[in-house]
Amino acid sequence: MSESTVKETKTGEFVAEVDTSCARAPVGLLAELTHRCPLQCPYCSNPVDLERANTELSTEDWKRVMREAGQLGILQIHLSGGEPTARRDLEDIVEEAARSGLYTNLITAGVLLKRERLEKLRDLGLDHVQLSIQDVDPENADRIAAYKGGMDKKNDVARWVKELDMPLTINAPLHRQNIDNLPAIIDYSVKVGAGRLEVAHIQYYAWALKNRAALMPTREAFMKTAEIVNEAKERLKGILVIDFVVPDYYAKYPKPCMGGWGRGIINVTPSGKVLPCHAAESLPGLEFDNVRDRALADIWLNGQAFEKYRGTDWMKEPCRSCPRKEIDFGGCRCQAFALTGDAANTDPACSLSPLHEEWAAKATEESHTTDIPEFIYRRMGAAATAATE
Amino acid sequence: MSEPGTPTRLIVSADSILRLPRHIKLRHDAGRGRWIILAPERVFEPDETSVEVLKLCDGERTVGAISTLLAEQYQAPVDVITADVIEMLQDLADKGVLKS
Repeated sequence: MSESTVKETKTGEFVAEVDTSCARAPVGLLAELTHRCPLQCPYCSNPVDLERANTELSTEDWKRVMREAGQLGILQIHLSGGEPTARRDLEDIVEEAARSGLYTNLITAGVLLKRERLEKLRDLGLDHVQLSIQDVDPENADRIAAYKGGMDKKNDVARWVKELDMPLTINAPLHRQNIDNLPAIIDYSVKVGAGRLEVAHIQYYAWALKNRAALMPTREAFMKTAEIVNEAKERLKGILVIDFVVPDYYAKYPKPCMGGWGRGIINVTPSGKVLPCHAAESLPGLEFDNVRDRALADIWLNGQAFEKYRGTDWMKEPCRSCPRKEIDFGGCRCQAFALTGDAANTDPACSLSPLHEEWAAKATEESHTTDIPEFIYRRMGAAATAATE
Repeated sequence: MSEPGTPTRLIVSADSILRLPRHIKLRHDAGRGRWIILAPERVFEPDETSVEVLKLCDGERTVGAISTLLAEQYQAPVDVITADVIEMLQDLADKGVLKS
């Protein structure tokens, strides 16, 4: 008998590590069921142009997407939003996903959930609940989300998840306005019985990019969170698994965004557009197919948007000749475009990008500002209003 | 809030009796011709030997009994097998994949 080994692959959107044995089929599907959400977090990963309720896919459309995903070989589905529980047909979607053999994750802010509904979702096959918190200080959490009384509701949801014998992940987006509470966030996760905690430094796209100066922590504050997380991982071994998503502004090399373009993760928007990443609509020159018109497998394998930056052929220098090109795939295309005007450029998060220094200096300056700007809250039309002010 | 009690790390020994919790799914991935373990935001790919061990983690057998069984099957020294099995199971227990 040879020594036994178990390989591990992470499937979440920001922490994806792609399983190379199956590069032609995605491991995870991020299903943004709706962009409606009662919270207004200023770092929301949804696009600035939110899709309206009247454009959303029907129940039957989503059920078909679940079946196609199962047939394509997708393993996990992340039911997200906006707030996925705002969809009244979430039960039907979960049931079809489970029937199609998909491992179902519900990514929720929790505030709309009732215990009966959660129990029903579990009975229909929901495997896992990821509950977001904005902070452990209830007042600060309310301010960040622009939503009153969120913490009490989240406490209820966390308790119900455990009472219903389901696994719980706490997701805590981290930024300068809650960063000092990281130790308390870790304690909270243990106290509510979470098996996993995602400490996710904000990624600066879309809404978060608009609010960067209000959110960016200093390098020193970031380094401290890394220390706290490392200590907690050791101390809580076997009790709490902690995934740490670093702010790429302070990294040496960029993250392999989505595990590489069109490589491991596929994203369906509320209206059925199929994207290689949830921010891809910010890029020019891409055509997005819709699940209403074309099979998911065909879109994944042949869609123009997927082919555009798949692999390494599209790369320019310094990526093209870089030994890390199949490790980080040049970082994030959306960030490269937002900050350099060309999506095929190296992500400025990379220290090899000619723009890295200028860009990191700007972030550092913002992180030290004492005149912290007000949040531009995530609302329909908020970005347009802010732009004209 | 209800107190779930102070959670403690599961330490795997030859006396442990383990099983996969309901939300952990050991499944054959037909499209890719391999076994996988589906877990929250994770996919684990156990090798052939690990799959055999996990299938025997049925909530009844001890880790020692599982190791004895495998040692006979592979005609290998039981202490070597036991150490390997414990190491593999401890790693998975730390990742939340097993419970006692």
